[in-house]
Amino acid sequence: MKKRVVITGLGIVSPVGIGIPAAWDAIVQGRSGIGRVTRIDPGPYSSQIAGEVRDFDITQYISGKDAKKMDLFIHYGIVAAMEAIEDAGLKISPDIAERVGVSIGSGIGGLPGIESEHQIVTESGPRRISPFFIPRCIVNMVAGHISIMYGAKGPNIAMATACSTGTHSIGDAARLIEYGDADVMIAGGAEAAISPLGLGGFSAARALSTRNDAPEKASRPWDKDRDGFVLGEGAGVLVLEEYEFARRRGARIYGELAGYGMSSDAYHMTQPAAGGEGAARCMRVALHNAGIAPEQVSYINAHGTSTPLGDRAETEAVHAVFGDHARSLAMSSTKSMTGHLLGAAGGVEAVFTTLALHHGILPPTINLEAADEGCDLDYVPLQARKQTVDVALSNSFGFGGTNSTLVFRRHSD
Amino acid sequence: MENVAERVKKVVVEQLGVNEDEVTNEASFVDDLGADSLDTVELVMALEEEFDCEIPDEEAEKIATVQQAIDYVTAHMPAKDA
Repeated sequence: MKKRVVITGLGIVSPVGIGIPAAWDAIVQGRSGIGRVTRIDPGPYSSQIAGEVRDFDITQYISGKDAKKMDLFIHYGIVAAMEAIEDAGLKISPDIAERVGVSIGSGIGGLPGIESEHQIVTESGPRRISPFFIPRCIVNMVAGHISIMYGAKGPNIAMATACSTGTHSIGDAARLIEYGDADVMIAGGAEAAISPLGLGGFSAARALSTRNDAPEKASRPWDKDRDGFVLGEGAGVLVLEEYEFARRRGARIYGELAGYGMSSDAYHMTQPAAGGEGAARCMRVALHNAGIAPEQVSYINAHGTSTPLGDRAETEAVHAVFGDHARSLAMSSTKSMTGHLLGAAGGVEAVFTTLALHHGILPPTINLEAADEGCDLDYVPLQARKQTVDVALSNSFGFGGTNSTLVFRRHSD
Repeated sequence: MENVAERVKKVVVEQLGVNEDEVTNEASFVDDLGADSLDTVELVMALEEEFDCEIPDEEAEKIATVQQAIDYVTAHMPAKDA
C-alpha cells in the first residue's frame, strides 16, 4: 500500500503578495495583482499588462554576491522554498538529509538572463559571456540551490512541462515519497518571464489579454468578455512529508495530498482538445489514484486562464467527469487575481487549494460578471465563500497538451 | 584619478562581494576572499573591462592574488591609462 503524503509547509512569492499571510489575504479579499508592466517599457507590445511581483528585494534573503549568479525565477523559487521550510518547522539535520529532496521546476527558466547575455555576445563577442550565464539560467537551478543551502541530499529534480510544471513537480514529488525514495520533498514551481521575449512571445501567439486600459479587469475566467490570459510571475512551494515522518516530529499538517493524475491531449501545440477530453481523463486518473469518488469533490482550483477556448474546455471536462455532481461542486480560478504564472501556476495554486481546505474558504473568481455561454458551473464569482471542503482538486494544463491534476484531502487522523 | 591598485581593489570588492579591508595586496582570491573557479573567471573579465585590455587565459590562470592582478595590469595597461 502506498505511503500517505501530507502537506506541512507553504511558501509563496506572487503578484498578490510575498509570503502566505499577505497573498492569502489578497485572495480572500479578491484583490487583483495585475497592473501595467513596469519591468520593461510595454509600449510596443500588444499586451501591456502583467501580474508582477512587487517590492521584492532578494538581498533580504541571500547575499548580493550569491543573488547576482541567479536569474529572477531562481530568486522567487528560493524565497518561496525558504518560507515553506520555515513554515514547516523543518530542520534538515545530517541524520535526515539523505531523505529530504527537492522538486522545483520552471516552465521557461532564465529567459531574461538569456536575453541580456545574448545582447552581450552580439555586441561584445563570446569572450564577454559570463561564466555564470549557464548556471544562472537553467531550469533546475532552484532545486540545486535549495539543496546546497539546506544540505538536502535526497532526490533533486526539475520539471519543465510548460504551464503544468508546478503541478507535475508536486505530483511527482509525492510519488517519490509514496515509493520510499524520500521522506520529505520540497516541491513547486518558479517563473519570471516578464521580459521582451516572454511578453512578446505570448503576445505573438495571441494568447494574452489586450485589455490594457483596465489591467485589474483583464483576467476574467469564464466571463463572456474574456480575451486571453495575463502573464504573471512568482513561485509557489510546498513541503510534502510522509505522514508517519511528519507525525513523529510533531509537524502541523495542513492537509493530505491524496492523489495525482497526468494525461496528454495528443492533439495540438497550444489548443485544448475538443470537449476538454484530455483534461477529463486527467481528472479521472487523479481521482482513481486517490481512491476518491467524484461525488466527494466539492472544490476545484481550475486551470482557468481566461482564454476563450481553454475555459470552456475545462468546464466541459468537469461535466464529463462529474455528471450531475458538476452542478453541486464549486470551481474557481485564482488566476483572475494573480494572472497566469506559467510554470509556477501549479505551485501557487496548490498553496491556495491547501489553504482553501485548511481554512474552509473558497477563493473567488473575480471579474466574472456575466458567464459566457457554455460556462455554467458555480465559479464562486466575485466574492470568496466560507465553505467546508473535504476534497479538492487543482488542475494545470500546458502547451504541448500536457495535463496534470492534484487531489487534496482535509486532514483527519 | 585613482591609481591602479585602488581600481583593482574596487573591482575585487564589487565582484567578490567582500569588504574593502579584506582586500589586502597579499590576499588570495580563492583562499582568502572565498572565490570559486567561476568567480575568478568573472573577476578577470571585470578587470579586462575596467582597464580596457585583454588578458589571455594562460595569463589569467597565473593571477591568484590582488598583487598579481595589480602587477599584470600595470605591465599591460594601454599607454593612455598609465
